[in-house]
Amino acid sequence: MAALEEEFTLTAVPLGSGPDGPLGVEPSDKTDQFLVTDSGRTVILYKVSDQKPLGSWSVKQGQIITCPAVCNFQTGEFIVVHDNKVLRIWNNEDVNLDKVFKATLSAEVYRIHSIQGTEPLVLFKEGAVRSLEALLEEPQQKIETVISDEEVIKWTKFFMVFRHPVLIFITEKHGNYFAYVQKFNSRILSKYTLVLGQEENSVIQSFSTSVDRKFISLMSLSSDGCVYETLIPIHPSDPEKNQRVVRSLLLKSAVSGNARSGVGLMVLDQDHLAVLGPPLPTSKECLSIWNIKFQTLQTSKELPQGTSGQLWYYGENLFMLHGKFLTVIPYKCEVSSLAGALGKLKHSQDPGTHAIPHFVNWEASQESGLGSQNSEQSKRIKESEKHIEVELRKFLAIKRTPDFHTIIGDTVIGLLERCKTEPSFYPRNSLMQLIQTHVLSYSLCPGLMEIALEKTDVQMLQLCLQQFPDIPESVTCACLKIFLGIGDDSLQETDINMESVSDYANTVQGEKMEEQAEILQNGFNLEEDNCENCAQQLSAKPQAAVEEAALCPVIPKRAALLNAILHSAYSETFLLPHLKGIPAQHITLFLQYLYFLYLKCSENVTMTLPGIHPPTLNQIMDWICLLLDANFTVVVMIPEAKRLLLSLYKFVKSQISICSELNKIEVGFRELQKLNQEKNNRELYSIEVLELF
Amino acid sequence: MLAAGEEGIVDSPGMGEFKVHRVRFFNYVPSGIRCVAYNDQSNRLAVSRTDGTVEIYNLSANYFQEKFFSGHESRATEALCWAKGQRLFSAGLNGEIIEYDLQALNIKYAMDAFGGPIWSMAASPSGSQLLVGCEDGSVKLFQVTPEKIQFERNFDRQKSRILSLSWHPSGTHVAAGSIDYISVFDVKSENWLMDSFGDETDFNLLGSAIHKMLVDRQYMGVSKRKCIIWGVAFLSDGTVISVDSAGKVQFWDSATGTLVKNHLIANADVQSIAVSDQEDSFVVGTAEGTVFHFQLVSVTSNSSEKQWVRTKPFQHHTHDVRAVAHSPTALISGGTDTHLVIRPLMEKVEVKNYDAALRKITFPHRRLVSCAKKRQLLLFQFAHHLELWRLGSTVATGKNGDTLPLSKDADHLLHLKAKGPENIICSCISPCGSWIAYSTTSRFFLYRLSHEHDNISLQRVSKMPAFLRSALQILFSEDSTKLFVASNQGSLHVIRLLEGSFKHLHTFQPQSGTVESMCLLAVSPDGNWLAASGTSAGVHVYSVKHLKLHCTVPAYNFPVTALAIAPNTNNLVIAHSDQQVFEYSIPDKQYTEWSRTIQKQGFHHLWLQRDTPITHISFHPKRPMHILLHDAYMFCIIDKSLPLPNDKTLLYNPLPPTNESDVIRRRTAHAFKISKIYKPLLFMELLDERTLVAVERPLDDIIAQLPPPIKKKKFGT
Repeated sequence: MAALEEEFTLTAVPLGSGPDGPLGVEPSDKTDQFLVTDSGRTVILYKVSDQKPLGSWSVKQGQIITCPAVCNFQTGEFIVVHDNKVLRIWNNEDVNLDKVFKATLSAEVYRIHSIQGTEPLVLFKEGAVRSLEALLEEPQQKIETVISDEEVIKWTKFFMVFRHPVLIFITEKHGNYFAYVQKFNSRILSKYTLVLGQEENSVIQSFSTSVDRKFISLMSLSSDGCVYETLIPIHPSDPEKNQRVVRSLLLKSAVSGNARSGVGLMVLDQDHLAVLGPPLPTSKECLSIWNIKFQTLQTSKELPQGTSGQLWYYGENLFMLHGKFLTVIPYKCEVSSLAGALGKLKHSQDPGTHAIPHFVNWEASQESGLGSQNSEQSKRIKESEKHIEVELRKFLAIKRTPDFHTIIGDTVIGLLERCKTEPSFYPRNSLMQLIQTHVLSYSLCPGLMEIALEKTDVQMLQLCLQQFPDIPESVTCACLKIFLGIGDDSLQETDINMESVSDYANTVQGEKMEEQAEILQNGFNLEEDNCENCAQQLSAKPQAAVEEAALCPVIPKRAALLNAILHSAYSETFLLPHLKGIPAQHITLFLQYLYFLYLKCSENVTMTLPGIHPPTLNQIMDWICLLLDANFTVVVMIPEAKRLLLSLYKFVKSQISICSELNKIEVGFRELQKLNQEKNNRELYSIEVLELF
Repeated sequence: MLAAGEEGIVDSPGMGEFKVHRVRFFNYVPSGIRCVAYNDQSNRLAVSRTDGTVEIYNLSANYFQEKFFSGHESRATEALCWAKGQRLFSAGLNGEIIEYDLQALNIKYAMDAFGGPIWSMAASPSGSQLLVGCEDGSVKLFQVTPEKIQFERNFDRQKSRILSLSWHPSGTHVAAGSIDYISVFDVKSENWLMDSFGDETDFNLLGSAIHKMLVDRQYMGVSKRKCIIWGVAFLSDGTVISVDSAGKVQFWDSATGTLVKNHLIANADVQSIAVSDQEDSFVVGTAEGTVFHFQLVSVTSNSSEKQWVRTKPFQHHTHDVRAVAHSPTALISGGTDTHLVIRPLMEKVEVKNYDAALRKITFPHRRLVSCAKKRQLLLFQFAHHLELWRLGSTVATGKNGDTLPLSKDADHLLHLKAKGPENIICSCISPCGSWIAYSTTSRFFLYRLSHEHDNISLQRVSKMPAFLRSALQILFSEDSTKLFVASNQGSLHVIRLLEGSFKHLHTFQPQSGTVESMCLLAVSPDGNWLAASGTSAGVHVYSVKHLKLHCTVPAYNFPVTALAIAPNTNNLVIAHSDQQVFEYSIPDKQYTEWSRTIQKQGFHHLWLQRDTPITHISFHPKRPMHILLHDAYMFCIIDKSLPLPNDKTLLYNPLPPTNESDVIRRRTAHAFKISKIYKPLLFMELLDERTLVAVERPLDDIIAQLPPPIKKKKFGT
């Protein structure tokens, strides 16, 4: 049971004059000792149990401390920043801050973070992060700007996840909030947009976080007085992308909705929250401990002289400003019992804002989906889908158990069952989310791709092709048919992952590429080509064919889908029979696309395509061979395809002769290299000067 | 000129400036690796090279090369194996089987197998029998007796040479790889029946019969002339795995003689195979320098049916991988490119520490260079000759990193060809530069060098005493009046050198009961103390004045890699293969205070993670607090007066201190001053107070002298 003990005041003298209370309270390397930085010029080291200061340091008149002092746990030294840019490092023995180590930085510091087990970090106002050590090596180093103009850091925290340091900071710009998560083991900075949901206009007043294995749980206290939770993954699937994270209501009306100041929030443990602020518009400011699990108020304490809304929690002590004095309230929490938790239920005065625990009733939502009211039905199904989505998000947020993949498989099968019985039910987002867990395979949920094929949901099919390792060739081929057959218009509306397609496919139709003629020749003379004879009959059009190949024959979205096919695994024997069933004009189109990719590949030395995950040359060649094997008789009958085939033949031939030339040249180069090496080796003896430091 | 030099050198709070003679003309090329044999009991690895040298690596002691047997021109080793626990045998093209004495570090005996050149050898699973495969197609069985080996019988003679042999783990059957076919013998059978095999396999199902498995000569549709079976491995379920010159790894059923599975893995020969003891993984090496790992894995996740799958390819070699071995935790490979590569299997490594890193051993863990400081001479030791060079000089001065113009280039003074077919074991030039000594397995040579202006003349000192036959280590005293020779059998000879002659002063006999040879020697600059170390027991310190054992430094778990005695203090500095460095006061017979301090605090973790041993230690004549030491990749001066680094401090800072703040300076100044400019570093020594000599051997220069590797097509593959 959570309990607040008797408070005591730390300072006999009021803290520095600033209206916003102290700048910060930070732990030092000794337990029970804390660094208190007031918003003026002073840093005081307190021993809390003795309630007395152990040391006090001030900056010169005219200077002002701009960032709370912290302790470097690795060296025991203290660090503070004054006048935004001036870093001071000192020891307990130092007396005068003016005489201690000083480094002037090139950018303004937002905060210095220091926690046990890792070196201190400096977060700059522009969002850049440096380790203290790296910064001290070159204090004047250039600090890059990470966040955009007018974006302001609102809050930040630094913590360890599995011995890896992780920094999170929240920024605000024109009422939009963004979370940045910086991981130091991988040096990845991920950016998230906090979606506020219906409470679009609310201002977030305070943040706090807790961390488990996979998620940073970001709690925010909004100006409507409610506490919201946002789950931010620590290991994002796609760290490069700016992702959106939704927040969900955690606690209703923790403080009065119109309280403008003196409002604060702190996560105490996984079940408990400390909230600072007036519970009712009329009441005095108050410190309340809430149990999130049971949605109950555990205990509260009035702060009649007002507070600043700042709250720190270290060990078992809560620090806050009460009136003009820094107050410490020891806090103890024993394991909650239901009876204890239910004991106090406050806010009965206001039935409208009663804290209603929102339990989720699966049965109810299932049934609501099955309701047969015609007009209501689609709306209900939508609601039901949305509901499943929310529940799924919560489920995925918890730790993974060993049977995680079977649970996911069962969930998918359950959802698919319902899809079958209820044609209008198609929880697309949930299914997408489930596929992205990376644990599904085709054999775990065979019906999934069938339904996606039925609904011509190309986005889902693309995702399946990317994620499933074991798709049968017949299904791959069915996907290919859909991808080739679907109209451009309907493709434009879909949201397809385009990472495998880079700008090469964006070439605007009709734009000419001048290098094309060079590519075809590429050190090889067309005139001498024997093939020219057989091409005589078509000689009127080879240039047209070339131009045709220079432009991507499909729109980028279709290219992305076809790339997914190219990436998928297959066995030739099983795939060939299915390929025969594809209409001839589609085969031609696909061949044109493959030929286009092949030409693109040949444009650079490494024979690769640009982009993040492009098809490889081998995949392209294999598919060309496969298509020709399966449909050769058909292809030679169609004039257009015939022309394509001819230019393909010529190009491959030119490539082969280039390769053989290159192999010949390589031998020559190697000899040159050898000669060069021998020349360098002349330097067999020298006398040099060495200075050891 | 001298004044200018003095002026140019500012005695900074650091280590000061040195002029470094950067020598890259030591044209040393290690021999290619021919065989490797892993011993599970002692966790040691035997490696034989094409020049007949055999080296023993202790895998438990940081992969230190703790012993070696020098080679012989006519003794090309083709096979190497451990038998009867930890006895080491080799066989080669001279038709002899050789057993090595791992204590005395010499050859115990050589026995002719009378079958022509021997191509293969395998010890039975119990270790009590040896099987050799000969040029004439015979397979001969030897019994390993406590003292020797004894011929037992011949198996049926095959048509052509036996290139590979493997025992069935039960010891009842043997697979032998020849040219174009593999034979399976029953060892126990008295009657050696043999079927005639005209074309396809025709089996006599009697257990005693030879099964013969014909290997397809075809290689990717092209018929090669012959298919050589380079390696076979017999598994306990009766499967025989063969690797051959057509690039195939094939699985045979020895009971029926049928081909079960075929992996075509290379466009060139697959030359070697080794199977793990659990028979769940094996490794093969190809002529393209690739090593493939095969593992026995379940067909589906929870079925008991398993199959061999090629799992990982490794490309750590540029040339033929002639030999592979499979320790419980690592794949070991070696070949023509002279590198020994130890690639730990991550799934078998329990603790993911630095031992789990890939090791590539190229250079011997002993010194091949000695130096006459006073005359600035360098003596280089090759397999069959010695080279003497005189360093050049310069009058210029400069700042850190400058290359100074030479006023005189280095001179090649002497090329001394060793007599006889044996390789040189060790060599040394005296500090005054007037004596050169070297030794082969059976003879000891001492030469007197006379210097007249720039000319030198060489005169051999004849009539060496009979006891001076073979030396493992040779050392001259600082004043060049005494010669110390560590012979095998553990004795140390002290010889006084006179003008052109010598006198035997004393022989320190080994401690009673031990026959361990001393491989490392160090003498104090005042000539009073001699320290000697073997591979396992502690370091013995002898008083040269009183000609008796003074003390023994307590034994340490890891072998000694380098020894030296400091001037004045007579502190003995010992480096071990686990990268620990101890300082032991000889007069006080105890570790020094500094040594205790550093043991208490521990070395920096990066220091302990270096993967080459310290091979040389020396001292600065004017700075008693300094210890100079080096391994193949760094040179370090330890300043005992400075604080020791802890794991948080930067051990190696390549950048010179530029206007850094005091805080940084204060934080980074520590006792270890490291330079990694010269590498691979074979030798580094202080010539005088401000001059160093560094002998480098760039890997590119070695590769340039190797035969060209198999050419792979780069384009259009």
